[in-house]
Order: sequence, then C-alpha cells, then structure tokens
Amino acid sequence: MTSALMIEAHGLTKRYGSTLALNGIDLEVPKGAILGVLGPNGAGKTTAVRILTTLATPDGGSARVAGHDVVREKAAVQRNIGVTAQDATLDEVLTGRQNLVMIGRLSGLRRADARVRATELLERFDLTDAADRILKGYSGGMRRRLDLAAGLVTRPPVIFLDEPTTGLDPTSRVRMWDVIREMVADGVTLLLTTQYLDEADELADRIVVIDHGQVIAGGTSAELKTQTGGARLEITLSQPHPGAADALGPYVTGVVDVSHDGRRLRAPVPSTTGLATTVVRALDQAGITVDDVEVRQPSLDDVFFALTGHPTRDADESAAASTESDPDPSAAAVSEPHVRDLEVARP
Amino acid sequence: MTVTTAAPPAAPAVRPPAIGGLARRFSDVATLTGRNLVHIAREPLQLSDVTVQPVLFTLLFVYVFGAGVVLPGGGSYKNFAISGLLALNLTTSSMGTAVGLSNDLNSGVIDRFRTLPMWRPSVLVGRSIADVLTAAVCAAIVALTGLAIGWRPGGSAAGIAGGFAVFLLFSYALSWGCACLGIVSKGPESAQGIGLVILFPLAIVSNALVPTQHMPAALRFIANWNPVSAVTAASRHLFGSPNPSASINAWPMQHPVAASLLWSLVLLVIFAPLASLLYRRRASD
Ligand SMILES: Nc1ncnc2c1ncn2[C@@H]1O[C@H](COP(=O)(O)OP(=O)(O)O)[C@@H](O)[C@H]1O
Ligand SMILES: [Mg+2]
Repeated sequence: MTSALMIEAHGLTKRYGSTLALNGIDLEVPKGAILGVLGPNGAGKTTAVRILTTLATPDGGSARVAGHDVVREKAAVQRNIGVTAQDATLDEVLTGRQNLVMIGRLSGLRRADARVRATELLERFDLTDAADRILKGYSGGMRRRLDLAAGLVTRPPVIFLDEPTTGLDPTSRVRMWDVIREMVADGVTLLLTTQYLDEADELADRIVVIDHGQVIAGGTSAELKTQTGGARLEITLSQPHPGAADALGPYVTGVVDVSHDGRRLRAPVPSTTGLATTVVRALDQAGITVDDVEVRQPSLDDVFFALTGHPTRDADESAAASTESDPDPSAAAVSEPHVRDLEVARP
Repeated sequence: MTVTTAAPPAAPAVRPPAIGGLARRFSDVATLTGRNLVHIAREPLQLSDVTVQPVLFTLLFVYVFGAGVVLPGGGSYKNFAISGLLALNLTTSSMGTAVGLSNDLNSGVIDRFRTLPMWRPSVLVGRSIADVLTAAVCAAIVALTGLAIGWRPGGSAAGIAGGFAVFLLFSYALSWGCACLGIVSKGPESAQGIGLVILFPLAIVSNALVPTQHMPAALRFIANWNPVSAVTAASRHLFGSPNPSASINAWPMQHPVAASLLWSLVLLVIFAPLASLLYRRRASD
C-alpha cells in the first residue's frame, strides 16, 4: 500500500432502475480514523456500504478497502473487513454462540479458535447469559450487539457499521455508543452511517453529509454545527409577557421569535452549558413564570436546511404527500411552523 | 450494560488462511451442512415432514390401500408398498430444499455469508448435503416402520443397500431441482406451494402406490416414463420385492436400474449448474 488510506472511493455511481442511488461519491478514511456518513433515508448510505463491502458492484467509479480493489479483489477485501449491515444478517434459528462460531469457521478460523473467539465476544458484548438461546428470543438491542460482534470475529482492521442504532430505544442507543467507542479503541478504521447528527458527533472524527447520492458537505462535527448556527432555545411561558423577549436578549444570538399567543418563544443560542438554568433564572427575576424550557442541539434537519436550503427528503415527501393527497388546508399548515422555525434559526 | 473494560487481549489479528484450498472448501461445506441440519431439527414442520409423516403415510397406505389392491403377478402389497412409500416420502420431502433456501434468501443471512471470505458455492452444496442426510433419516424411518409391520425384503444385503442408494441419489438430484425452485420463488410459502403442485403429481402418477396396469392409457404412458416409477421399480428389483412393472413393455420399466441412474444424472447435470447460475444472479446487485 502506498498510502495510509484504509478506505478510498472515487466517483462511485450506482443505479437501481430509474433511481440514481449513488451519483459520484468520493470518500477517504485514513488508517485508524472514524468517518461518519450522515444522510437522511434514501440518501445512498447503504448502497455505498454495500459497494465497499463487496455486496454490490458499482456502475462507475472505483474503491479500495485496505488497499484492495472492491470489485477485482473481493476475497482480499473480505479478509480485511467486518460488517454490520443495517438489517439483521444473523441466523434466527441458531443460538448467539452458534452464529459467532459459524461466522468464525466460514472466515477460516479453526474450530477451537472460533469457539474461543465466540466466548470472548459474547462476554465483551454482555451476551453471555443469552449465548445459548436461539435468536428468536433476543431483544432488538441484543440482536444489534450480536450483529456487531459478528463483524468482529476475525479482528478485522476495517469495520463498517450501517446505522447501528436506528430503531433502538434511547438506553440501548447509549449502550451501543459505548460498545462502539470501546471497539475502536484498538485502532481499527471505522466507517459508520447514521441519520443522527448527535450520533456522528459522539462517535466520528470526521463527518460527510450525503444527499441524493452525493457528498454535499464534509468536516468535523464542530465545523458542521457552526454552519447551522448552533443550538436553539424554546421556551413556553405560563402566560404571555410583554418583557419576555427583551429579558432573553442577552442570552441569544439572533432574533427572538414570539408565537401568536405570546406564550412560546424561540431563538438561536450558543451551545453553552447551563444555559437553560441561566435563562430560567433571568426570566424568574423579571417576574416571568416558565412552564417549559428546552435547549435543542441542531439535528440532521437543521444541518440539511443550513446546507441546502431545503429540509431532508423525508420532510419534503411528507409535506408533498399531505398537500397532494389531502386538500384540507389545515394539513398544509401543520408543516409550516417547522419550516418557519428553521428560517428564523438561520444565521 | 457493563462493557468489559479489561483491555482486549493484544493478540495479533487472526489471519484466516487464503481461500481456495480444497480443505477450506470442505470445511465451509461442512459448516453450512451442520447449520442446515440444526435448522431442520429446530423447525417443527420440517422435522415432522421427515419423521412423523413417513410413519403415518406408511401405516395409512399399507392398511387402507393394502386391503383393496391386487398386484398383477401376485405378491404381498406390504412388500410392494415400502418402495413406493420411500419414493413418495423422499420426493415430497425434497421440497425442504426449496423452502430452506428460500427462507435464507429472504433473510439477511446470505448477505452475511457474502461478506465472508468463504467458498461461495458452499451455500448450495451444504444445503444439498444436509438434505440428502435428512432424506437418509426419512428413508430409515420408512424402512423401520415397514419392518415393524412385517415388510421383509427378499433380496441380498447388497441388493437392499443398492435399493436405498438408488433412492438417495435420486433424492439428491431432485434437491438441486428444488434448489432452483427455492431461488426463483418469491418466498418460502410460494416455494412450498409450487413445489407441492409439481412434486405431488410426480409421486402419485407413477407405479409407487398402485400398479400402473389399470391406469387410463395417457396416465399409464406418463407413469411408465416418470423418473419416480423408474426409481421405485429399480428398488423393488433390488430389494427382491414384487415388481409388477417388470412386465410392462417400456424401456425404463425393462431396465429400471439403468433408467433411474440415468434420470438422476440428467437431473443433476441440468439442475446443479442451473441452480448455481440462478443463485449467483439472485445474490448479487
Ligand atoms: N436493491 C434496490 N433496488 C431498488 N432501489 C434501491 C435498492 N437499493 C437502494 N435503492 C434505492 O436507492 C436509493 C438509496 O438507497 P439506500 O442506499 O438504501 O439509502 P440509505 O441507506 O441512505 O437510506 C433509494 O432511493 C433506494 O430506494
Ligand atoms: Mg440504509
């Protein structure tokens, strides 16, 4: 290998019928780095992962993983990767242990080595108690952990995780983050896809944002957040108060948007710790009572809006669908505050 | 969750040997064969197809039909029927190949296999070997049930072994045809449905359960050239059981052993490559 890049893709394209799933994707991940691929549903994340893991053949462009071409040197690529796909790829009828041993054997481990490795991974992923039960009785979080373990059987130097926490409840999600952090501590190279900015923020060194099969932005999470104008403060008052907007003045970085009934206030704020407490205390001193306060970190929607000027395709489609299929004007009005909210928030 | 914080052993990455070696291929096939056997053992429906059903069919046919059927040329229906029941059970149980493969193709497990550095055809080869082993169990159950109710094969030990071998070879060949069905069908239910529509008539319009002499002309022609008839007649010949088909003037009935081996070979030569082709096409994008 001449470069230290463990994953590199140039101009990958892939078409499914009339859908251009990938429209020229470039990716570079140096050895030991963690790349977060962030994009809404249908952006092309899974297609990119499938090409890089030899499951799909690109129509155009080229890619190398661990120095091997993903089309011409499939076997060499397969010996260097661990994959956790978006959808479960485990055998439902086998036990957790049988799944891992089988994968070890099919990866070329000797039987004894495969057994030892399975036991080790089951312990590491907190699955020892369930090890000899068949998968049908596993919870969603347990399945995801086992699927993750399945990708690590041969200690591969390059790991792909496609939406590892989608569909998990918040607790399992945080557990999964711990598992992933621990996993990458051994210096592997990781490509991770996600729909959540906070997840990419938590786990990745660098983030690329993709949409409609193209990379539309890239950088560190701080760089992306700066482009979106930081966090948003949302306050609900017990009663409307004429001085509320002024009282918030010193803490916000833009215009305070007051709702028609005068009870809800929104404004962009810097991402400082303890901000909610400070704001509530200030309002309290001004004699204003607060029902609810929330400081919301920017989401993928916000990043998208800031980058493209339009919401994610999901939001696009649901808005389009509701106006098309439902002539009731109130349906269209529902999606409106969402957009206005983001406009106010723009820097 | 308590993520074990003890540093993972700093063992060097496990480097699997290069693929392509014959030993690796055997090992991959053996791994998947074992996995498929576990599946069959844990799926109540598939398991009953090769355990309960053969006992039930054997008892039903021998006692219900046995009373009414008179064999041309004489002989006991019981001794005649066991070969036919072997044919019926092995033919219908080969549907398990279609259902199992279709199940795999509709789950994510094939994607997992495809990212591993394994011998690709082992998915199909492991499936066919697991199914022929299952067929052997099924055949043994029919034979034991038969022995229990008074079946007494008259042939030599070699003949009896040959009779079973003819069946297992045919069952193996047929399972490749069923593999094709499993790959092209939309899901396990449709694989099962289509399989039944093809295999059940194949097993019934034959000399397996009744002598063909009294069938209408068109059916008799089909039955005489049906591979299931050839295999059944071959086993009757080798078991030393009553074989009324021996008096029928059609080439396969006159040379049942040769005909059954030829049929199995033809099925294998057509369906094994076809299954690989269909599989490669389905498991790629
Ligand atoms: N096998 C397929 N057949 C047809 N269309 C597909 C297939 N896989 C993906 N697509 C389409 O390609 C686009 C990108 O899909 P995908 O890569 O799954 O996106 P993501 O993982 O980001 O949600 C989507 O419009 C999707 O409908
Ligand atoms: Mg996806």
